[in-house]
Amino acid sequence: MKQEYKTFTAPDLEALQAICGTERVIPAEMIGEDYCHDELSGVHKRPDVLVRATSTEEVAAVMKYAAANHIPVTPRGSGTGLVGGSVALYGGIMIDLSLMNHFLELDEENMTLTLEPGVLLMDVSKYVEPAGLFYPPDPGEKTATIGGNINTNAGGMRAVKYGVTRDYIRGLEVVLPSGEIMQLGGKIVKNSSGYSLKDLMVGSEGTLGIVTKAVLRLLPLPKYKISLLVPFPDLPSAIKAVPTVIRASSIPTAVEFMEREVILAAEEFLARKFPDNTSDAYLLLTYDGASKEEVDLAWEEAAGICLQCGALDVFISNTQERNESIWAARGAFLEAIKASTTEMDECDVVVPRKHVAEFVLFSHALQEKHHIRIRSFGHAGDGNLHIYILRDDRTDEQWKKDLEAVFNDLYEKARELGGKVSGEHGIGYAKRPYLEESLSAEEKLLMSGIKKVFDPQNILNPGKLFS
Amino acid sequence: MKIAVCIKQVPGTSQVEIDPVTGVLKRDGVESKMNPYDLYALETALRFKQEYDAEITVITMGPPQAQAVIKEAFMMGVDHGFLLSDRRFGGADVLATSYTLAQGIRAAGEFDLIICGKQTTDGDTAQVGAELAEFLNIPHVTSVCKINGISDNKITMLLDMPLHQETAAVSFPCLITVEKGIFEPRLPSYKLKLATADKPITVLTLDQMPDTDPAHYGLNGSPTQVKRIFPPESTNTHEMWNGEADELSRRLFHYLEDNKYLQQLR
Repeated sequence: MKQEYKTFTAPDLEALQAICGTERVIPAEMIGEDYCHDELSGVHKRPDVLVRATSTEEVAAVMKYAAANHIPVTPRGSGTGLVGGSVALYGGIMIDLSLMNHFLELDEENMTLTLEPGVLLMDVSKYVEPAGLFYPPDPGEKTATIGGNINTNAGGMRAVKYGVTRDYIRGLEVVLPSGEIMQLGGKIVKNSSGYSLKDLMVGSEGTLGIVTKAVLRLLPLPKYKISLLVPFPDLPSAIKAVPTVIRASSIPTAVEFMEREVILAAEEFLARKFPDNTSDAYLLLTYDGASKEEVDLAWEEAAGICLQCGALDVFISNTQERNESIWAARGAFLEAIKASTTEMDECDVVVPRKHVAEFVLFSHALQEKHHIRIRSFGHAGDGNLHIYILRDDRTDEQWKKDLEAVFNDLYEKARELGGKVSGEHGIGYAKRPYLEESLSAEEKLLMSGIKKVFDPQNILNPGKLFS
Repeated sequence: MKIAVCIKQVPGTSQVEIDPVTGVLKRDGVESKMNPYDLYALETALRFKQEYDAEITVITMGPPQAQAVIKEAFMMGVDHGFLLSDRRFGGADVLATSYTLAQGIRAAGEFDLIICGKQTTDGDTAQVGAELAEFLNIPHVTSVCKINGISDNKITMLLDMPLHQETAAVSFPCLITVEKGIFEPRLPSYKLKLATADKPITVLTLDQMPDTDPAHYGLNGSPTQVKRIFPPESTNTHEMWNGEADELSRRLFHYLEDNKYLQQLR
């Protein structure tokens, strides 16, 4: 469907400058290149104006103006997304929320943290941990904003034990497409009061409202943690062990799988050796808890299970130096793969846990079928896979064609196994066709109906989620 | 080839508090771990074991709970462990520590090669390795960053000196101290933990040393007297400089030079 919006003109610019001042309302020709794309999706578009908002009231006033004048609005945090969710596909107004980056209240009694959406994920842990508190969601991209995390319902490595962003959002303040300011949820633990709009807002990718404040739920900080690096003779045996490990009496905080070739790439990239690279496949398990005894009990049981499941050994990482030697490499996997090719795209599917092994092996087999390099590593414990398709020396046309063919195979297999298109990156612009294919007609109707109720003019982040 | 590696149990974090009254490190209730620098010494020995069929013994001095680091060394592939433990060893400075280790090594057997870490993270003197070699009357080489090989009863290696690198060849028996990063240390193995659960650790007291004179050990054998231990003061003072890039970079350079942050490379 072709969208018709009002063309953005000089009077519009003046009107926005009247709301936010001239310094933070930047006309198209002065907008930096970074605001025209995100991290991976390959979509590029310059907004007509960039508004760097500093308060809820400003966001509301800008939104009201946009609604009255039928101008599209794209909210944006750090722009670290991977599916084009924060790219202004139809131009118009981009609202940058990264200046709204203040901590508002650490409520130790209610164990909540109230903050603005532009706070970076990496600053949240630094802020709460000295008070002995813990914000469990742990997506890999630490320079993402918390607002971005909320909008994609970001997951991360600790999802196995602690769940995802939605599980830690107690309350939200949002500006609706009409410009109205709404409070959803709050510092309450339980809530059976009507539809949970707060939960609907989480993961809505900026299509239903703009998050201007959030109340995060915190847990006591686990004092002890230990990682196990578990070598296996091959990837199938490694991944097949995962369900048994998770079924043990203690749930691991994280379960990651990695293969030798990715480790070698990271070693080359970092010019630093990994503690072990002699086996073809590894699981990386992490356990945390309140006491050393609790953690020791948990990991020793897991170590025994791993050996029964065919592990070659279980290596113990129990000090800061050891953890660093593992996690430095783990943190560099993505960059190392990126550095090994010209361009890549990523499939972020999620399948039920017991099918992870089957899915990873299927994705590997696609290398031969499509004569293309495919790499993967990631969260074996929660069924969310990150599969990277590498362009190498393909022409534009060939890359597009091959990529589509590989994606089609991957998503079809995921559907067959009861999986979903995106585990944590979202749909944005790039994965729309695959979401479309995977939804039933009724689901599509409900979703577009919800969008219409919130945003009848379709001015908030248009072109995302649905075509 | 027989190799001895000296290891030490140190506090698990670098944030150890100092008792303001006694000036002593508060070790109670603090998790402990193997000195991180010793992991490189151990790894160096374990690589020799893989290549040259060596037998590795670790030696540590400390209270009974220091057995934990020996057990950990077993989990990394070490063959034998000696704990030098006696109340009379307590309060030792670097000299008495080196002497005790030298006596312990003599009691433990004969070794072709002794490997130490560069330094410990609690004492940070980096002197024990060299002093130990002097007491044993064998040659030593410090700052080893790469092993070139072993042939004709000689070890050849690269030394990382402050302003240059040097290649040295030393005949066995000798002692070397290795730099951080010489090899990436392996992680302790659960399989080896199970396999070495009952492996005995030999505990040696003062009475089992070749020299049994208590005046040579512990506080009595330590000419160093610690007057006071205190954390270095940290300040938040800062200066702001404004100016052109040229002028600022020159000023910054001279500031760093004058305050001895830079070495003169001439």
